[in-house]
Amino acid sequence: MTTPATFPLHRRHPFWKLARIEAVLLGRTPQAVIWMAVLPIAAIIVLSSLHGTTVPNQAFGGLSALDVYLPIIMVFSLVMSAIVSLPGVLTTYREKGILRRFATTPVPRSYVLGAQAVIYLGIGVAVDVILFVIAIASGAEVPGDIGGFILSLLLVALVTLGIGLLVTALAPSARVAQAIGGVLLFPLMFFAGLWVPRSTMSPALRTISDYSPLGAGVRAVQASIGGQWPAAAALLVMVGYTIVCGAIAVRMFRWE
Amino acid sequence: MAVIEVDRLHKVYGTKVAVDDVSFTVDEGEIFGILGPNGAGKTTTAECISGLRRPDGGTVRVLGRDPIRDRAETTTTVGVQLQHSELQPNLRVREALELFSSFYPRPADWRELVDVLGLEGQLGARFAKLSGGQQQRLSIALALIGNPKIAILDELTTGLDPVARRDTWDLIDGIRDRGVTILLITHFMAEAEHLCDRVAVIDAGRVAALDSPAALTAELDIKQRIRFVPSEPVDESDLLALPNVDSVNRHGDEFLVIGSSEALSEVTALLAKQSIIAHRLRVEQPSLDDAFIAITEGAEARNAKGRDDR
Repeated sequence: MTTPATFPLHRRHPFWKLARIEAVLLGRTPQAVIWMAVLPIAAIIVLSSLHGTTVPNQAFGGLSALDVYLPIIMVFSLVMSAIVSLPGVLTTYREKGILRRFATTPVPRSYVLGAQAVIYLGIGVAVDVILFVIAIASGAEVPGDIGGFILSLLLVALVTLGIGLLVTALAPSARVAQAIGGVLLFPLMFFAGLWVPRSTMSPALRTISDYSPLGAGVRAVQASIGGQWPAAAALLVMVGYTIVCGAIAVRMFRWE
Repeated sequence: MAVIEVDRLHKVYGTKVAVDDVSFTVDEGEIFGILGPNGAGKTTTAECISGLRRPDGGTVRVLGRDPIRDRAETTTTVGVQLQHSELQPNLRVREALELFSSFYPRPADWRELVDVLGLEGQLGARFAKLSGGQQQRLSIALALIGNPKIAILDELTTGLDPVARRDTWDLIDGIRDRGVTILLITHFMAEAEHLCDRVAVIDAGRVAALDSPAALTAELDIKQRIRFVPSEPVDESDLLALPNVDSVNRHGDEFLVIGSSEALSEVTALLAKQSIIAHRLRVEQPSLDDAFIAITEGAEARNAKGRDDR
């Protein structure tokens, strides 16, 4: 018996190795990049360059169109990455036996999911930073409460991740996961105010919006732009959805 | 020394019994085959040994450890090539090798594996662009990349062309020479006959037979078929009179004698005594194929009988 050669060179922690590979693979999937990054960035550029979108408007309760739509588009980018793209990728991995393949190696299962979550949330957050910089450069209002602004967006990121993992856990196949993600997009973004801004919603509709995960998210982000600390109710709604969705996802998750 | 011990393994999916009662041990350095028809419980047995599934009954020990409880240790020392398991379609071969080697504490040099497996030209290719044989070879490389003591290979050559299959067999022989114990799951008799030191034939969730391929074929009294063209006319009744000959047929000049394992020596002795030369003499030995059919049919008959008795 010969001793096989070992190869200890360029050791990197397997978690970061996985995350790096997943980022590279994401870069090789043009559709995902278009939905997650190109579309929101194009939307904010168009909005910023239109005439009068930075002027306060009575229709939006004294805010400019850009101030109203910046949080909505930031939330949209997180929805696209965590609720539409991530479940599609993870369910495909399950379907193709890739998760099982990883399960036969010493890499902890949590790394495989964690690396994906880090990459997809990371992209969503990076796109949000770009959106924010473009908007501010175009004359959007600088958030009055920057701490509340960052906290609110982080909670939006977590709640979208929770919903995305729930879809992954419940969907029997990749096709169903993509369909669920696509269908969920509409009510989630509707109550976030994509079509009818929250300031113009009827009181009943706005109450539903307050209790929807992304309606609460936009409410919190918008308050912090206006210089107020976000309402505790809005933050708690997001924390609640994150915990409930996350707990069900962990309980129901299947590896094959 | 036994490196894999399976004792009275039992596994149920819902109401379907996948593995009923399977026991065997695999010694260090062996190539051990698990043979059986589709749905016999081969893959489930392998999955229980790999620690992917929890047995419903019985025990599995791999290098003395419980593969589920000692997952970290088992996954480090056991390399697995799964059936129907793909990689990310856009993942390049080199990236897959680097990624998987980062999972193990003492990985093999993947460049050497690539060399042995003939994947040098594909390092930059994406998984989805590889041929079936190349995907299979990459899968084998990934099973060996952690320097395992045991390699479990499920349906190794299914979907490969005959040349690729032969190459893969040579490769497995080479892996054994490194001191790796191999558990091979297959439904190809020729593969088991060529590679395995011992095989367990599993049928309907039970071990129907367990021995070396040669012994399995010898144990069953399977008939030999002897064909020859005699140089001089032979009396058929002389041949039929031989104690181990069951039947004699003539097709033109060619004789076909069917008999048990001693028939050949009797026939050649008879011909020699009459100074007749047997031209174009061919003996068709019973193969593992024949043995497999005899074993699984025998098991079916016993099961049917068992049902009738109840």
